[in-house]
Amino acid sequence: MWKDKAMRLLMLSAASTSIFLVVLIFIFLVKEAAPFALKPGLDALFDRQWIPVSFVQERYGILPLITGSALVTGLSMLFTIPLSVLGAIYIAEIASPVEREILKPFIELLASIPSVVLGFFGLVVLAPLIKTFFGLGTGLSALTGALLLTLMAIPTVISLSEDAIMSVPHAYKDASRALGASDLQTIFQVIIPAALPGIIAAIMLGTGRVIGETMAVLMVTGNSALMTWSPLAPVRTMTATIAAEMGEVSFGSLHYQALFWIGLVLLAVTFLLNIIAQRVLVRYGMMK
Amino acid sequence: MRRQYSEQIIYVLIRLVMYSIVLVIGYILFDIIRHGLPALSWEFVSQYPRKSGAEGGILPAIVGTLSLLVGTIAVALPLGICSAIYLSEYAEQNRFTDMIRLAIITLAGVPSIVYGLFGLGLFVLFLNFGTSILAGSLTLACMILPTIIVSSEEALRAVPRGYRDASLALGATKWETIRTNVLPYSLSGIITGSILGIGRAAGETAPILLTVAAFYLPRLPNSIFDQVMALPYHLYILATQHPEADKVLPLQYATALVLLLLVLGLSLGAIFIRIHFRKKYRW
Repeated sequence: MWKDKAMRLLMLSAASTSIFLVVLIFIFLVKEAAPFALKPGLDALFDRQWIPVSFVQERYGILPLITGSALVTGLSMLFTIPLSVLGAIYIAEIASPVEREILKPFIELLASIPSVVLGFFGLVVLAPLIKTFFGLGTGLSALTGALLLTLMAIPTVISLSEDAIMSVPHAYKDASRALGASDLQTIFQVIIPAALPGIIAAIMLGTGRVIGETMAVLMVTGNSALMTWSPLAPVRTMTATIAAEMGEVSFGSLHYQALFWIGLVLLAVTFLLNIIAQRVLVRYGMMK
Repeated sequence: MRRQYSEQIIYVLIRLVMYSIVLVIGYILFDIIRHGLPALSWEFVSQYPRKSGAEGGILPAIVGTLSLLVGTIAVALPLGICSAIYLSEYAEQNRFTDMIRLAIITLAGVPSIVYGLFGLGLFVLFLNFGTSILAGSLTLACMILPTIIVSSEEALRAVPRGYRDASLALGATKWETIRTNVLPYSLSGIITGSILGIGRAAGETAPILLTVAAFYLPRLPNSIFDQVMALPYHLYILATQHPEADKVLPLQYATALVLLLLVLGLSLGAIFIRIHFRKKYRW
């Protein structure tokens, strides 16, 4: 019997590491970021300029980085939402069983392409296309990043939306058909509204992935920390800033601390998106 | 009749959307294979790089990535499977279990670069592992832990209740039941999910950027405290930091292809295992 108890304890402690890890991540980000709040104070983060290396006056305003992330993410979701929802409808309701068996692994395949490979493709193929198409000086822009991020968000949003559509009770469909609605009317007026909470949660989880994505945006968005809302301008996202600059800072410097603040902002945003999405799923009984 | 006609158009449009997504994926794979294959050779994967990556092969990057994966598996797999066993077999409906689930969901959503920051703060600096295979593997293990837990738990839960009840009724203890009547039947699902998680770890760049990856290090690692080159980071460096990025384009494509083959190979392996075992066990 002692062995049984020991095994239970072992499994319990393994499962507890997840909680432990979340706490550790939070503690270590805060620990490295904290001194910044005392000197120069948090106000410095709300500057409108990010010039961490300067002979005159360093400035650590993360606002341009936040708008950069927001612009790229917003644009990307503009493409992702219609494409993924229609894709999910196709796979769940229109495709033949054989088609579905082929399409689903193919979409999974897209999810497994490493982001640095997509970034590389964006750099050598997509960016020149964008440059020529819009007649720009450089193809490295918010739009280029957004298009790559769309490719990354599509698998997540399609497969979660498809789950949501599949979880709509079959009786809804039968009832709608019995009342004389066509297949298409049934899809758009019965099934989609019923699956909507799940689809919204899928979109939120996809948004979380897009905000946190690093390598692809680092490689193709041009990385200039300007406050702009133009899709064709080069921008710099929060993730790209950390990845590009962390290798060159001296540990413990103000710049180093500011980068950890960016990390904390990212953590907070993705945490909120995740939690709200889960709440929506639980609230509407769509958890598996 | 008219409504049917307009419905047909909409069907065609939806199908068009779906197949253009497929087409884009296909084109990306095609482009990388087309340009990568000519530059790929036995020399390329078995030689050391020369002239900061402009010539020679990528052996250290391949070895580096593989050693990172071994380290990641060694940490994440036991931890993930044990967590999953707890959640599926032992956990009761209480606050503590809810907290574990919340933690797993949170971990799954943490951006990879934030794992990088965390790994830098905890493993590299605080625990003083330095930028090393150890620090990188631990960071990657944290990142894929939620994937492994979730897929393993799903696989464990798929084993019918009767298997457990029969074993318990014959007098087996709970652990004996799990070891002999639950784990063997869920192994395929656990392996599939784990391989997918490991594939993700193989392709990730952001977490290893700050914890292990070396810019240019044309030798093989001696211990787990060594820095290594890694495939995704090598591709990033060649594509963006190399002074003659255009000139080494074939090498970039070849590196991308090797990385892609590694990751897709893992995914395809997982899919085959899933199909194979789906035929073997039916309940």
